[in-house]
This record gives sequence, C-alpha cells and structure tokens, in this order.
Amino acid sequence: MAVADGTYAQHRRGYYLYLVPGAIGFTLIVLIPQIANFFLSFTAWKGVGTPRWIGLQNYQKLLADDQFWGSMIHTLMFIVSMTIIPVAIGVVLASLLFDYIRDQFGERLSNLFRAGFYLPQILPITTAGVLWGWILSPLGVANIVLKAIGLAPLAQNWIGDATWALPSVSLMIVWIQVGYCLVVFMAGLSRIDPSLYEAAQLDGAGWWQRLFSITIPMLAPEIFVVTLTTLIAALKLFAPVFVLTAAGPDNATMVPSYLTYYHFFTTQRVGYGAAIAVVQMILTVGLAVIFLRFQARQQVTE
Amino acid sequence: MADAVLDVADRSVTKSAAAHSRKHRGPGRWFILGLVSLGLLATLFPFFLTIINAIKTSAEYASSGPLALPRGIDMVQLQKYWDLSDFGRKLLNSAIISSCVAVFGVILSTLNAYAIGIGKVKGSRAILVILLLGIMVPQESIVYPLYYMAKAVGIYDTQLAVIIVFSVIQSAFGTYLLSSVLSSFPREIIEAADIDGASRWQVLWYVVVPVLRPTLMVIGTFFFIWTWNEFLIPLVLLVSNNNQTVSLAMGLTRGQNLSDPVLQAAASLLGIAPTIIFFLIFQRTLTRGVAVGSVK
Repeated sequence: MAVADGTYAQHRRGYYLYLVPGAIGFTLIVLIPQIANFFLSFTAWKGVGTPRWIGLQNYQKLLADDQFWGSMIHTLMFIVSMTIIPVAIGVVLASLLFDYIRDQFGERLSNLFRAGFYLPQILPITTAGVLWGWILSPLGVANIVLKAIGLAPLAQNWIGDATWALPSVSLMIVWIQVGYCLVVFMAGLSRIDPSLYEAAQLDGAGWWQRLFSITIPMLAPEIFVVTLTTLIAALKLFAPVFVLTAAGPDNATMVPSYLTYYHFFTTQRVGYGAAIAVVQMILTVGLAVIFLRFQARQQVTE
Repeated sequence: MADAVLDVADRSVTKSAAAHSRKHRGPGRWFILGLVSLGLLATLFPFFLTIINAIKTSAEYASSGPLALPRGIDMVQLQKYWDLSDFGRKLLNSAIISSCVAVFGVILSTLNAYAIGIGKVKGSRAILVILLLGIMVPQESIVYPLYYMAKAVGIYDTQLAVIIVFSVIQSAFGTYLLSSVLSSFPREIIEAADIDGASRWQVLWYVVVPVLRPTLMVIGTFFFIWTWNEFLIPLVLLVSNNNQTVSLAMGLTRGQNLSDPVLQAAASLLGIAPTIIFFLIFQRTLTRGVAVGSVK
C-alpha cells in the first residue's frame, strides 16, 4: 500500500467507530448477562431480594444430583440424532443427489429433492413438536399404521412411555436435522471441480469409491462445520423436549436446558439453575475451542 | 441393504465411465431415483398427514381414521384453533418481531463486518472468536439475567425486548459470516474509491453494500426465519397472550389440552402454513444460502 505507515494506522483507527453499536449491544445482551449468570451460580437466590453468596455449594449439589447426571447422559444420546445420523445420511444423500441424480436426471430434479428434504428444517421446532406429538400419541397415526400393517403388538405410547420417549424425540430430531446437513454438503460439493469426478470415473472409480476418495475428503470443512454446530445444538436442546415430553415421563428425556429452565422458573432456585447453565456454557466453550483450533490448523495446512 | 444399493450405483457408473459418458440409461438409475424418492416421501409424509386431517370433520376422523383422504374441505377445526389461539394476532407479532430483527441484525452485522473485514482493525480475530463464542453458548446462561434486566428497565413482556435481544444475537452470527466474505473483497475497488476521495462511510454505502446486497438479503432472510422459530427467549420474555409469537403459541399447545386430534392437526397446519409460504418465496435463497460463506 502506497500510504505511509502512520497515516495507514490512523486510517485504520477510523474503522473502530463502526464497531461501536455492535459492541454496545453485545456487551449488554450477551457479556453482562453471561457474567451475571456466572456470579449467580455461586449464590442462593429466589429471584427477589439480594442473592446470598454460598460459594461452591450449588456445584457440590450438582455432583450428587441424579436428575442432572441423567440429563447429561440424555445429551450424549441426543448427539446420535442431532449429529451422527444426520451427518451420515446427509453425506450419502448429498453425494447421491449431486454426483448421481443431477447427472442422470438433471439439476431441476436434484434441486427439487434438496428443497423437499430441507423443508422440516425451516419449520418452527415447536410446530414440528405439535405435529409429531399428534402422530406419536397413543391413538395417533404411528400406532394406526402399525395396526394396519399387522404389527399391532409394536404399538406403543411413544412419548408417554419412559422407554420410548427418548427414541421418539430423537426420531423427530433426525427428521429435522437431515435437511440442514444435506444443504450445507451440497453447497460444499458445488465448489468441487467436476473434472475431478470425471477423471475418477475414467479411472474406473465407482460411486462408492468416489464417495470416500473425493466427496468426503473434499467436504471435510463442511463436515467439520456441521458437526460443530450440531454438537453445540445438542448441548442446548430444549424446544423439542419442552413441546413433546416436558422432560418426562419420569425425567426420561430430561436435558440440561430443561433442567435449567425448570429451576429458574418453577422451583425458583435461580442460583442452582445458573450453575447448570454454567456447566453447559463451559462444555460448549470447550467444544468450540477444540473446533476453532482444529479449523485454524486446517487453514495452515492448506 | 444400503450397501447393495450403492453397489448397483457403483456398477452402473463404472459402465458409464467405460463408455466415456456421464449419462447412463439402465435400470440402476431408476432404482436409485426410487430410493431417494422414497426417502423424500417419508420426509414429507407428516406434512401430508397434517393437511389431509386438518380439513376433516371430527366425525369423519373418528369413523375413517387419519390415513383416509378427506371427503371434503371442512374449515371448522382450523377456524376453531384460529380463534382459540388468536392466531391472527400471533402471526402479526411474529412478523413484526422477525422483520425488525432481520433489518437491525443485518445493519449491525454490516457495520461490524465492515470494520473487521475491510478495516482489518486490530484484534479482529479476537473479536470474531468472542462473537462466535457469544452465539455458541447456550441461551440458558443469559436468559435469567435478560429476564431480570428486561423487568428492571420496564420492557419485560414487550416485543421491543425480544427484538433487541435477537438483533444482537443474530448479528453476532452475521458479523462472522460477512467478515469472511468481506475479507476477500477486492482491495483494488476500495483503494480506487479511496483515491477518488470517498469517505469510509461512502465506501461502505456506495461500494460495499451494493456488491453485498444479495448476500445481505440471504442473511436477512435467515435472520427472519431463525427469529420466527426462536422459542426459549420469547417463552421467558413474552408472557401475555397478546404479545406471543406463532412459535410460542405452538410450544404452549400441549398445555392447552387439545384433546380433539383434528384440532391438533389444524393447529399444526396453521403453524406450518407460514413456513410453507416463506419456503415457496425464498426456496432458492434458503437452499443456496448456506453457501454464503463461500461467496467470493
């Protein structure tokens, strides 16, 4: 740049002004509440009056709280339906649509498929919850279909039975999540040089081989982003549980977010709820940092 | 099962490669098409069920069940849920909140991203990391203080509170996306404008924003839909019926004891309808939009 160093530094300084509105907003809406929540987690507070400092007592209680540990285990189970299954289906489906359907049947059809699979993704989760709650209710469609095809003994009280509640919520989550993975992966595929596929085909590589030797390696950044975002979303899972099962029956679908909400607004143990939220926050940040480092390293090797 | 299917694809494609052509006409391709179509049908089946049942009468539902096609269109249950939940009001509330967030969120994102992506201010990377962490941390860890603060400043149970909160939260994501787009913005254009004596504000408004317009539209559309779908913070901040959003009304139906299955189907259809409308309008934007990060 032709501008002298001093002027350039001055020149750059002017840009800080553009950060002011964002900085004020972020401080008020995210940073201060975050810090406040952190402090509240060391207090006993009913939401009114002055919080009473109790040190680490909330955290000590958490360690012995079965409801909390149950919620953590359920989160691990929800990672299967939030991340693992949708990513796997998404990669295969994106590859089929991009590398096969599009070639054989044209771009229009492939776009139509993509749009159709994406539809559940833009539905409000609460609406999806009403819909699936209706399908999975004891007299709902799921059981009627099972009876119609002669599998009556398999009919269950899907969301009202402690054994089936978590898999039922998971089913709805997979239904929602596949579209997100598919769309991101297809966007990623569109930047792959088509000649790469053509060359592989000429070399006799089949679809399956191309999936593993071209598609998945080339999609690594997208798979990374989707895994990151869905894992974090799994840690914060709230609406599907709130709407379908309200964490029941008998805590079978209790997740940390619901437990936090429950302590904030039902038991009014705000400090205790804050402590759960802090644990969630730390886990999320930990996960985010691991991924950010991974991403930075990837950029270096590129 | 999946393996067998893929093998079919495998062989058929190998053959087509041997023929030095991407096109292939064999039974294998219909098999794959059928399989993907089946997946799509399964995905769309719940929507289909909702539609055919929401327009039945309760008596018809009771006699022929949820899988039978409706004999006619009966709007009674739709009307009933509409009135029961004051749905028109909910739609209006959601539209106001989401539109405001889309506009303010995009403005905030653009300003931030201009400083970070074009201005390359010191600490840009640190700012981005903080923003990213800010949106990644669970809303649970800010929701109680926000609830308390909103009460303290007298905007609890107002749409303004929700608009402010989401404009900031969404803009953190928007900043992240736009900064990476802007960091690869051609320097020559900015420098040329500089030499012509354009101020920073003029460069932003007359050079950067027009080029970015398609990306900003995509981001705004996403902000709109994300905000429309938000649940926890509206649940906590909006208590009175008159201020609630569609998403919130849906989330609270479980408490409302909709014992009639047709009424439940009607409720879901009303919840789905706005989404379908956005989808038809913004389909291309939405399905393409996730690629905004890779726009050059």
